[in-house]
Amino acid sequence: MYSRYARRYARLVTMPTNAPTAAHALSDVAASDGTLRRFLHGLPGVDAVGLEARAASLGTRSIKTTAKAYAIDLAISMVDLTTLEGADTPGKVRALGAKAVHPDPTDRTTPSTAAVCVYPDMVAVAKEAVAGSGVKVASVATAFPAGRAALDVKLADVRDAVAAGADEIDMVIDRGAFLAGHYLKVYDEIVAVREACGTSARLKVIFETGELSTYDNIRRASWLGMLAGADFIKTSTGKVAVNATPANTLLMLEAVRDFRAQTGVQVGVKPAGGIRTSKDAIKFLVLVNETVGEDWLDNHWFRFGASSLLNDLLMQRQKLATGRYSGPDYVTVD
Amino acid sequence: MSNDVSNSGSAARRLSVFKTYKLYVGGKFPRSESGRVYEVTDSKGDWLANAPLSSRKDARDAVVAARKAFSAWSGATAYNRGQILYRIAEMLEGRRGQFVREVAEAEGLSKSKAAAVVDAAVDRWVWYAGWTDKIAQVVGGGNPVAGPFFNLSSPEPTGVVAVLAPQESSFLGLVSVIAPVIATGNTAVVVASERAPLPALSLGEVLATSDLPGGVVNVLSGRTAEIAAPLASHQDVNAIDLAGADEALAKELEIAAADNLKRVLRPQAVDGAADWTAVPGIDRMTAFLETKTVWHPTGSLGASGSSY
Repeated sequence: MYSRYARRYARLVTMPTNAPTAAHALSDVAASDGTLRRFLHGLPGVDAVGLEARAASLGTRSIKTTAKAYAIDLAISMVDLTTLEGADTPGKVRALGAKAVHPDPTDRTTPSTAAVCVYPDMVAVAKEAVAGSGVKVASVATAFPAGRAALDVKLADVRDAVAAGADEIDMVIDRGAFLAGHYLKVYDEIVAVREACGTSARLKVIFETGELSTYDNIRRASWLGMLAGADFIKTSTGKVAVNATPANTLLMLEAVRDFRAQTGVQVGVKPAGGIRTSKDAIKFLVLVNETVGEDWLDNHWFRFGASSLLNDLLMQRQKLATGRYSGPDYVTVD
Repeated sequence: MSNDVSNSGSAARRLSVFKTYKLYVGGKFPRSESGRVYEVTDSKGDWLANAPLSSRKDARDAVVAARKAFSAWSGATAYNRGQILYRIAEMLEGRRGQFVREVAEAEGLSKSKAAAVVDAAVDRWVWYAGWTDKIAQVVGGGNPVAGPFFNLSSPEPTGVVAVLAPQESSFLGLVSVIAPVIATGNTAVVVASERAPLPALSLGEVLATSDLPGGVVNVLSGRTAEIAAPLASHQDVNAIDLAGADEALAKELEIAAADNLKRVLRPQAVDGAADWTAVPGIDRMTAFLETKTVWHPTGSLGASGSSY
């Protein structure tokens, strides 16, 4: 039974060059728990060795001089500058907002970051801090980071953040339900959150790939999230041991590429957590360019969830501008 | 019983195992990031070994390692630092034979003269080991002030110090510039003598086995001018010791170092014949110390004339 569906959908998901078939090709997939499970389990298995080798080989590209300067500025413009600590104060969030608007106050040619990412109760403060700058305010919601709360509570969390002015909502999926195979429950939850976001906020769906155990699960989660209407799929919360890796980001990039080929709908990708150096960030940009191409090389479609990454990017930028190695004394401590 | 053919006169003699000299950065022994090496010869021009030819990226990595090590090393008690420096002397003593050979080859000395140099270097470690918990009393202390305050000055380490080791004295000179820097709690990025880097690279192996935390001393070999330039302009280096720079290079580096107001220790003997065997004094330690002075109310009632 599974193999019949596998054959049927394998043809669909492995033919990215095909002209997009009608969007409703996948519209009945979530009709029931059974159809959804059959679809997700019919996705082709991931060649783990091949995936990691591909990600590693793309990480060996040498990006220098003008290309490096371009990549650093692009990476800065893609950063979701994040503070998700229990100890966050309004003052810290304001400082973060100021940094997002002018990452390097000594060099006003530095681009702004894409967004600041805070807890829902800090959205209003963050909104005020970045007002008029074009920097977005993203808020984690749905009982971040565990996601262990009733749906009502999660939706209230989302509505709070949206009402406070969040431009983007970062939700976590219910990993427990996903791993138990209750795919429709996860799907319905994402759909409900998507509705709660309304038309004003974009939805990022966090899978917490470090808790999904297998690459096959990451692929299934990616498709599940996209089917349910995610605007972005995001690797991790940054709160577990294994966060964004080149391999799992590559896998998600392949998923959004195949999804667009299938449905014509473009979905963004956000690796988060563990990306600390410019070198790492540039490796991710190479992955993007080589997997999904220039359409995603824009902060509307690709983001870095990070906090310390920005300082390293700024130090590298200063090095390129002055020829001298910079140091941590010349960027903010956040 | 051992009557095997390999011991007979015509048998092949054993192939000796050549040592791969490597850098010492962050407690590890990497090759140069550039993959380059250069030939090191003895004083007569005969090949001794290949040494890594460090690039500016190696210098950058070394600074990162030194910065990372700084808080723990400067925060360690002076007594503890002294013990570790003494431990270095002990480890050096254990590898005396190796260093005597390397110094003799590098500097063209007789075996007995090289042995004297190594002994002096070991003694120098011990000498500086003793200073770690005494320097504060000599250059710090209470200051008399006109007011009801305690006024206390204490020396603190400057930070990450780039050290250009002396070119001629490849071992005693090297030890004489590294030891005072780390004795007071600084961390060091050392550029070994360009012509004779092997004793410095071997010293890395001693430091790695002496309880010295990784990154406190980082040893680079290569062209001094090439590695020193990025170190002198590096914004995260707090001071530079120009002992191994010639006059022209020293001037150039001093200009570059002015950018972030690095402390600069100029080469002491311009003729290049500094006497490293003399008792050094504390100048090399105080060159990389900052004085912190705090004012604290004495708690007395000032001029009120209270009787208690």
